Amino acid sequence: MDDHVTDHFIEHRADHFIELDRVEKVFDVRKKTGFMKRERREVRAVDSISFTVARGEMVGYIGPNGAGKSTTIKMLTGILTPSGGRLRVAGIDPSRERTRLAHRIGVVFGQRTTLWWDLPLIDSYRLMHRMYRIPDARYRENLDRCVELLELGDLLDVPVRQLSLGQRMRGDIAAALLHDPEVLYLDEPTIGLDVISKAKVRGFLRELNAERGTTVLLTTHDLQDIEQLCSRVMVIDHGRLMYDGPLTGLHEVGESERTLVVDLERELPPIEMPPARVVRVEGPRQWLAFPAAESAAALVARVAAEYPLVDLSVREPDIEAVIARMYAGEASDAAGQAVP
Amino acid sequence: MEGLRAYRLIGAMWIRSTMAYRASFAMTTFANFAVTALDFVAILLMFSRIDALGGWPLPEVAFLYGLSSVAFGLADLAIGSMERLGQRVRDGTLDTLLVRPAPVLAQVAADRFALRRLGRITQGSLVLGYALAAVDIHWTPLRLLLMPVAVVSGAAIFCAVFVAGAAFQFVAQDASEVQNAFTYGGATLLQYPPTVFGRELVRGVTFLLPLAFVTWIPAAYVLGRPIPLGLPDWVAFAPPLVAGVCCALAGLAWRTGLRSYRSTGS
Ligand SMILES: Nc1ncnc2c1ncn2[C@@H]1O[C@H](COP(=O)(O)OP(=O)(O)OP(=O)(O)O)[C@@H](O)[C@H]1O
Ligand SMILES: [Mg+2]
Repeated sequence: MDDHVTDHFIEHRADHFIELDRVEKVFDVRKKTGFMKRERREVRAVDSISFTVARGEMVGYIGPNGAGKSTTIKMLTGILTPSGGRLRVAGIDPSRERTRLAHRIGVVFGQRTTLWWDLPLIDSYRLMHRMYRIPDARYRENLDRCVELLELGDLLDVPVRQLSLGQRMRGDIAAALLHDPEVLYLDEPTIGLDVISKAKVRGFLRELNAERGTTVLLTTHDLQDIEQLCSRVMVIDHGRLMYDGPLTGLHEVGESERTLVVDLERELPPIEMPPARVVRVEGPRQWLAFPAAESAAALVARVAAEYPLVDLSVREPDIEAVIARMYAGEASDAAGQAVP
Repeated sequence: MEGLRAYRLIGAMWIRSTMAYRASFAMTTFANFAVTALDFVAILLMFSRIDALGGWPLPEVAFLYGLSSVAFGLADLAIGSMERLGQRVRDGTLDTLLVRPAPVLAQVAADRFALRRLGRITQGSLVLGYALAAVDIHWTPLRLLLMPVAVVSGAAIFCAVFVAGAAFQFVAQDASEVQNAFTYGGATLLQYPPTVFGRELVRGVTFLLPLAFVTWIPAAYVLGRPIPLGLPDWVAFAPPLVAGVCCALAGLAWRTGLRSYRSTGS
């Protein structure tokens, strides 16, 4: 009864298109430890994760290797059944109604193709056309669009196994979109791509999200993907959600620092100006690190008043460094508070 | 049904792709035919030195052989690809089938649908044809009716074995050899008369893994021989029932297996 009421509730809240409530996934891992001896171990790949994603959002899902990103995506598609908690995508329980959900989602695994390996690309698309019962006109339109934007024209008759990684990835992205999915999951879609291919894929995804309002959830190890695509990022580590918010917000929780680079008239001893501290000196040039939250203007004014300045510049904090610190666990206490 | 539709679509795609290379298709089909024919040549050679095998003369053994080959060949044609399931479970490529809007069983069964397997069916049919011509069967309507029923039920029983074997590969991913022992091994076993095997084996093949219902039991009835293990005559008409039960059990095993699928870490 209770469950029924909640179900009802979720279906009618458009802003909860994807909803996870204390979702867990525990793997039983059996290890051979000797002749006939086996050891059982539990791996908590996803440990009580809760979040919601609204329709039309574009969310980055990041975390170090083994954090539980792929496992989460597999639960969202119905490949894996959660060990605990509740999970809904478009009001559907993915593992229970996998085939019904399949019509509404698109999935791209960077690591493996969903295309038929030995057959030409176009054969896979034709099969998708029939299998998903895509209306002819719609199929034509979507295919033409993907072929144009992802530059697949010359590749359609090539067997998938002969495609390069970047070509195959573009082919896979097109395959995931022919049936107009409402949500697209991408598990490392830019892995192994060169700069140009990455730009192509990112541009395509941005447009897809803007024009069709497709909800996108993507995992990546390339922060540029996130910077260029996602207004919201979730960081997970050891199966737990460490941060959920805008990318820039990571600076605050990550205790990150900005850098003021000053060129003085001549070589001088290191500048003393707390809370800023000199991190590097090269002749008349000095680097001062200061908390990202502090005002740069105030600091610049104080330095200018006391030292003979020639030039200066402010460098924004390095997001990679922030996240690396977060992964390493240094910032985990602060970050923990970031998740409500 | 969504499953059949998906099966048809995927199967048709593979047929189209094989037909793009007609010469290669013709050659592999012929090879398939020739290899299975060698099987029968072995039996012919054996009969050049003996008159009967376990009390069964050549034409009657050919009858068993043909019935077994056709039933097995049909199952192999329909869902033989399932024996590769363990590979998909091990490397996690089953993931990609799980995100499509069609039952996984249908997708796995239709994968690499290979018309060349018609080679075995053709060869089995020829041998069966020879047997029907050579044996002096006293045809009754019931015996006539039993022939197609036996072929279809036999194919269904073999299909159940394929599916159950595939389900087992969810647990033991290297078990395709075990599966082969039951499918190919079973089909070969059934080509020989039950009288050459020990009673225990015949019992096992009747009551545990009911392959006896593919050939031995219906063949005994059609040929007017006693049903193995002294079973009553009406048992000869049980194959459809046995096939139904086998398929239901295999379906359950498959669902259990699929539920235990846990993908891979990368
Ligand atoms: N099928 C499985 N069986 C056993 N353990 C698994 C399985 N899949 C994942 N794991 C374990 O769960 C944890 C999370 O794995 P997951 O693949 O979700 O990580 P990830 O965040 O995607 O990492 P990566 O960035 O390396 O892709 C890991 O410790 C992994 O070993
Ligand atoms: Mg992963």
